[in-house]
Amino acid sequence: MDNCVINNNKRVNLLEIPTVEIEKLRSYLSVSNLRPISFFGSDWGSAVKLFVALADDERGEIILCSSLIDKSIKSYESITKDNYQYHMFEREFFEQFRIEPLGHPWLKPVRKNLNDYEFFQMEGEELHEVAVGPIHAGVIEPGHFRFSCQGEKVYNLEIMLGYQHRNCESLMVKNPSNQLAESICGDSTIAYNLAYSQVIEELSDTKITNKAKIIRRIALEMERIAIHIGDLGAILGDIAYLMGKEVFATTRTLVINTMLEISGSRFGRGLIVEGGVNFDIDKKLSEKISAMLDNVKKTVEKMTKAALSSSTVMSRLEKTGSLSTETAQQINLVGLMGRAFGVNLDSRFDFLDEFYKDFKLKPFIATNDAYSRFRIRYKEIIDSIFIVKKLLQKLEEFKNEEIKVQMNPLIPNGFALSVVEAWRGELVHAATTNEQGQLSRYKIKDPSFNNWFGLALALRNNGISDFPLCNKGFDLSYCGFDL
Amino acid sequence: MFETLKMKLYQKNQYIKDIKNAPIKDQFRGLPVLDDTKCQNCAICAQSCPTGAISVNPLKIDLAKCTFCGKCKNLCTRNAIDFSSYYKLGVDNPQKLIVDSKVTIEEYNKRAIETRKEIYSIFNRSIKFRQVSAGGCNGCEMELNATSNANFDIGRFGIDFVASPRHADGIVITGPITKAMAYALEDCYKATPDPKIVVLVGACALSGGVFQGSDELNREFIDKYKIDLYIPGCPVHPLTFINAILDFIRKK
Repeated sequence: MDNCVINNNKRVNLLEIPTVEIEKLRSYLSVSNLRPISFFGSDWGSAVKLFVALADDERGEIILCSSLIDKSIKSYESITKDNYQYHMFEREFFEQFRIEPLGHPWLKPVRKNLNDYEFFQMEGEELHEVAVGPIHAGVIEPGHFRFSCQGEKVYNLEIMLGYQHRNCESLMVKNPSNQLAESICGDSTIAYNLAYSQVIEELSDTKITNKAKIIRRIALEMERIAIHIGDLGAILGDIAYLMGKEVFATTRTLVINTMLEISGSRFGRGLIVEGGVNFDIDKKLSEKISAMLDNVKKTVEKMTKAALSSSTVMSRLEKTGSLSTETAQQINLVGLMGRAFGVNLDSRFDFLDEFYKDFKLKPFIATNDAYSRFRIRYKEIIDSIFIVKKLLQKLEEFKNEEIKVQMNPLIPNGFALSVVEAWRGELVHAATTNEQGQLSRYKIKDPSFNNWFGLALALRNNGISDFPLCNKGFDLSYCGFDL
Repeated sequence: MFETLKMKLYQKNQYIKDIKNAPIKDQFRGLPVLDDTKCQNCAICAQSCPTGAISVNPLKIDLAKCTFCGKCKNLCTRNAIDFSSYYKLGVDNPQKLIVDSKVTIEEYNKRAIETRKEIYSIFNRSIKFRQVSAGGCNGCEMELNATSNANFDIGRFGIDFVASPRHADGIVITGPITKAMAYALEDCYKATPDPKIVVLVGACALSGGVFQGSDELNREFIDKYKIDLYIPGCPVHPLTFINAILDFIRKK
């Protein structure tokens, strides 16, 4: 089928993306073994243009195709019927453009019209439903969970989100800024801002310096370290192992306070800007980061060893919330959760990146349960500490470069796509510009968009009291999903 | 078990002893310090501010909208705008959030939060909050969670986040209040027993922040009910939050 192939963080002329009939596109997508990473519509005069980006992970390429659907056409044959990976994408496309995928098994609201939401229902003796949310017991974001249980055993969990919907995609088109990008999902500040900046730089053909690129990657890895440490603490907190909770929480403080020394904000807000970065890392600061990481590594190793040597911790982690690798692949789990279930995807290494290509990390052997979700975080903390230290050394080579360059105006009729490995996984930002060189569509796909369904499946046949432990292990984003 | 106890010895005490005067790194962007005499009213800062927090002639910053990103400071060629590392930013009236060149750190601190007898006589030793995230980005939520970790340990002052509004003395709101959350937020407010206090945390809750122009917000709640505390930041630093609550519930 007609398509065009690009690399990650590259631009293509919008009009050069081949357009095919929707039926043809459908039959290609329903049998293709490439993963969809972005699937969105865009207003195209009297029609809607559907863009699809597929990832060829083995070759490290992105395949783009599109289809023009006239507004008089109200439906098409659903792709999900044959390929489950599209189930969320098609629901989202239907919600935004009201073109119905016929035969979609699960056509429900994604973010809007929550009052019309029909829950899956089970009937029978001793069956009951437990409804939780939108406001939860802790200090967390809103979402609604509906458990269908028999006794304490969960047969089905349905997750309804959309409470955080702020219409970020259209705000991005109206008033794009680094600050808005950072605030879409505040726990992945660096990743969101990085993806946004890379898209805008590519659309304006601005080449940033190597120094800025390295500082951005250092920040991205530090964000990963900080959040993973916090999550290890949160997982242990949910199984009432309080020493682990507190030790990891205070260890995380060390990492984010160092982030504050770099950028003036604990989460690295204001660090990345279109055209580079706002703050430099000099020799002194670099040594400080390095020493902090050594200290953090030592504490994380000790604490993990202590926690996992406790039989009460192990009995809660092992075999809780399992899912087979096969299912994980079928529903397209990505990133951290994908790796915890044996799906070996990591966009830092799958797509060519000049600064990551030299790192060879050990593969992770997944056990597909809560224990696996704990260990993958531990492994990635250690890996990321190694990467940051190497990048700090690399930074020395470019110390005389500028940290920021002047931005060029946006190029008309451009399409750019950036995939960033946020700590949760593959974050995809795509943007198009119109003939006047203004942003005309901005599309974000958070890794949580794929992974929430994984949580629902992993909880099946587990006790309802295991939900907090599973939820923390997945630690998915509400606002990144809701946009 | 011995491994676990050994960790306690390894970690030692982590808490910040004097939370009111806790040191913070100079790089932190806190209260802006403005110098109107250097300002030439070029308005570059005002035009480029992502939330429209700045106005010129005279130079003013509205902390309710400010995300403390530092963009204005970087753009100003005359150094009229700088950010101090002063973090006690919470106030009890939104008018006090408008900072001009006459506002010094001492003055901001003096007028920030008025002590009220009806508050400190009841809440002096204990106040419990129900937190509602109404469209927040999880930045403020993570910082609020951090207030109860072993470093900041907000629990030692009798301040806590509780699981039900029925157990709470007040609610803490983060996020710009989306349409989908407006009803749930109001429900939560009504479920909290009287007398109750309402605290807004973060630029989004105070003004809508970077989401001001969104058509998916419903901020009627803010106009409808009395707000007791306004805590600016993006996200709010744990020290900012703790000190604002302490100034509010304790006699100076």
